Amino acid sequence: MTILNKTTAELQELLHNKEVSVKELTEASYARIEKTDDDVQAFISLNKEVALNRAEQLDQEPMENRGPLFGLPIGIKDNIVTKGITTTAASRMLEDFVPVYDATIVEKLNAAGMVSVGKLNLDEFAMGSTTETSVFKTTKNPWDLNRVPGGSSGGSAAAVAAGQVPFALGSDTGGSIRQPAAFCGIVGLKPTYGRVSRSGLIALAPSFDQIGPMTRTVEDNALLLQILAGLDAKDSSSSPIEVPNYKAALTGDIKGLKIGVPTEYLGEGVSEEAKTATLEALKVLESLGAIVEEVSLPHSEYALPAYYFITSAEASSVLARYDGVHYGYRSENAKNLDEIYRKSRAEAFGPDVKRRILLGTYTLGAGHYDDVYKKSQRARMLVAQDFQNAFKKYDVLISPAAPTTAMALGAEEADIVTKYMSDILTTPINLAGVPAISVPCGFAEGLPLGLQIIGNHFDEATIYKVAHAFEQATDFHKRTPEVKEEN
Amino acid sequence: MNFETVIGLEVHVELKTNTKIFSPAPSHFGAEPNTNIHATDLAYPGVLPVLNKSVVDFGMKAAMALNCQIADVMHFDRKHYYYPDNPKAYQISQEDRPIGEHGWVEIEVDGKKKKIGITRIHLEEDAGKLTHTDKGYSLVDLNRQGTPLIEIVSEPDISSAEEAYAYLEKLKAIIEYTGVSDVRMEEGSLRCDANISIRPRGQKEFGTKTELKNLNSFNYVRRGIIDEVKRQEDVLLAGGVIQQETRRYNEATGKTDLMRIKGGVADYRFISDPDLPEIHIDEDWKARIRAEIPELPDARKERYIKDLGLPAYDAMVLTLTKAMSDFFEATVSAGADAKLASNWLMGEVSAYMNAEQKELGETALTPEGLTSMIKLIQDGTISSKIAKKVFKELIENGGNAEEIVKAKGLVQISDEGALRTMVTEVLEANPQSIVDFKEGKGRALGFLVGQVMKVSKGQANPQLVNKILAEEIAKH
Repeated sequence: MTILNKTTAELQELLHNKEVSVKELTEASYARIEKTDDDVQAFISLNKEVALNRAEQLDQEPMENRGPLFGLPIGIKDNIVTKGITTTAASRMLEDFVPVYDATIVEKLNAAGMVSVGKLNLDEFAMGSTTETSVFKTTKNPWDLNRVPGGSSGGSAAAVAAGQVPFALGSDTGGSIRQPAAFCGIVGLKPTYGRVSRSGLIALAPSFDQIGPMTRTVEDNALLLQILAGLDAKDSSSSPIEVPNYKAALTGDIKGLKIGVPTEYLGEGVSEEAKTATLEALKVLESLGAIVEEVSLPHSEYALPAYYFITSAEASSVLARYDGVHYGYRSENAKNLDEIYRKSRAEAFGPDVKRRILLGTYTLGAGHYDDVYKKSQRARMLVAQDFQNAFKKYDVLISPAAPTTAMALGAEEADIVTKYMSDILTTPINLAGVPAISVPCGFAEGLPLGLQIIGNHFDEATIYKVAHAFEQATDFHKRTPEVKEEN
Repeated sequence: MNFETVIGLEVHVELKTNTKIFSPAPSHFGAEPNTNIHATDLAYPGVLPVLNKSVVDFGMKAAMALNCQIADVMHFDRKHYYYPDNPKAYQISQEDRPIGEHGWVEIEVDGKKKKIGITRIHLEEDAGKLTHTDKGYSLVDLNRQGTPLIEIVSEPDISSAEEAYAYLEKLKAIIEYTGVSDVRMEEGSLRCDANISIRPRGQKEFGTKTELKNLNSFNYVRRGIIDEVKRQEDVLLAGGVIQQETRRYNEATGKTDLMRIKGGVADYRFISDPDLPEIHIDEDWKARIRAEIPELPDARKERYIKDLGLPAYDAMVLTLTKAMSDFFEATVSAGADAKLASNWLMGEVSAYMNAEQKELGETALTPEGLTSMIKLIQDGTISSKIAKKVFKELIENGGNAEEIVKAKGLVQISDEGALRTMVTEVLEANPQSIVDFKEGKGRALGFLVGQVMKVSKGQANPQLVNKILAEEIAKH
């Protein structure tokens, strides 16, 4: 057991009583990484020297200045820019790219006294659901090293699950926080679109992307969102709506709370284990006094194609800047401007990125725009309306967070459509822009399952209330994988 | 065959806001390369555009001054193309919902008034600047990247090079009055491309158009159009076909050269920019901007003709730039006669500005200074000859005409006694001239006047000298 396995409240008390220093906590994180990361492969880079120096400085900070997450280690998905620290998006394109500024949320973490220990692996440019498209390494699921951690925030989920860091940041465009959280048995929240600043997040699809907290417990998650959330002048899509006190929502009292269960989310493509675990979880919530009813989200079937068309269109646009001219990878074989463009992009982008750029370019092309792009936008509106209608009646909606448990490594390389199908339960939430969490809700053959709790716009508090009540009534979150446990 | 010319102009105008349209970098002309830049201008990973609201104010003001309907809701679109002056590989522009539409300006050519329609005015960002070297590489300067622009697209209502010239002059004047741009073609803050086609007179369908670029002054626009129309006529008359192509005006030859043939329509893959929310422009916002628009050149021109009695030509010339017009009004307010003020501004002042390549504001002349000089001329204190000296002093070093006249002793001598003494001296020294005069040689009087002026160091009142000379000669 490492000291980091203690709860956040316990760690704060140890820090407060000077029984442990920030530096010791930081070192504990690096020790755990050293012990486990040869197997897990969660981190792309570690900024040990910077982090330890910072930890020493933080130890000088007076007690009264310290917030609830002060001095605690955190890992950052490597598509979030960190000033002076290489940020790669797991792509050859940005292999040596050193940002000149910090993402707004990195500034916020620093202001809260958290210690960033390194940058976490992901699918290249966050495109994928296995973290296998990273050009640097393949992250393994700490529960079974022959399985994927999910993706694209697979490094973040695996690092938290393996006890390397108690906190991590992920980003979620179509499920990239929730699905790996489910696969790795941790808590991951995709906030409402606009709740957390995107300034400094390397975009995949700007009208979908959200950064969110990935943690061991619901309370930790709420505490981290408290730091991340809020209006940012650098992001015009960030919302001025007031940020509530999330911890105050963790009352455990969900009596009379109305839960809708979308029938479409328990249908074809969803495994028996996932269905069973979800239905069991609903029974637990009912036993706590919640009212559970079935609800229909009739346009769900359009969500996945609409999602892929629109996100690919946006991705083809935001990835156009990686052209080998101003920064990033430039082909050494280019002899003129046209070749700089063609060869740099051909050599530095992986196949999944190219596939989406091609799909997106096609979608926006003259002749397809009305047929494909506009229709997809209309489908997006209809999917969003389904949620609006459902939230008139229900406080939250609940479904499995992923249709299955974690897949074997390399399993689905052959079939891209099956791979895309694994996003069927998470992408509609991003189309609608509403928030959703994945919390551990069971195991099947030793692999974790996640419960997805979906809330109304800017109502993360109610999601946390339900997730917390469920967590307190169960003990799935207490189990940890046995990746080289210390003796 | 008798052809009719159809021209539409696309004019880009840089708005002189303090910072760029989507980044906090300063937006000034003339800085060292790549110094006015921010991570946003370089399109670094993770950067987001944030709209500078004053760009909307400025664009709206220009659109209102050009009689456009202002959008209630507008948004920005991405226009994709690869080029090293465009680091995002897309330009943020307005395709679907521009800030203004359905505007017009009135021009006057050969005494005939005509309305030229403005299809749309949209906001967009400028690109950086490339300098091609002869060493096999090009230099990129991103200072201009993100400078706010408005693009003003005219209807194909322009029928001649002269109309195009008048349209540009009017556009420039109106925008300059609103204060949203310097509209200086030589600094690139006003740029113009022309779409030109011809068709047999009476034909309804448009002919195939060519796009003309590299028009770096209004004169080049005029000459370029004249040459391109001639070229198209020659092609058609020879039985040829006009290709849809982009041509470049060659300043050296005065001809247009082929740049590239356009193969179909370029596919810019427009997409509504997901990083920038819709902008709602409510009536209060519109009213606030409308209230800031000053009196525009046409209104001033009318006022000068009606209230100040200026000839139409004077009124037109004086209102071409706001600086000149403001100066004229200040001069009249200071008490100068309007027509005399107009004469000086259109004459000596403009000649000086042209000769010295200076703007009015860069000279030392003040409306008060000009007024003081005009008054001294009117009351006979100085002659027009002396006025030229005083004027030179005023425009180069500033000050007040009375003080200059006093300090330099330039006051006109109108004292009859003093003049009579001078005349007597001159006549005594030149008896032959008196004889010549009496014999009818007209030149003799001129000679005598000149002698008096010489004695008076140019300060004698010429009318009085003439009168006294006549009187004194009669005594001989």
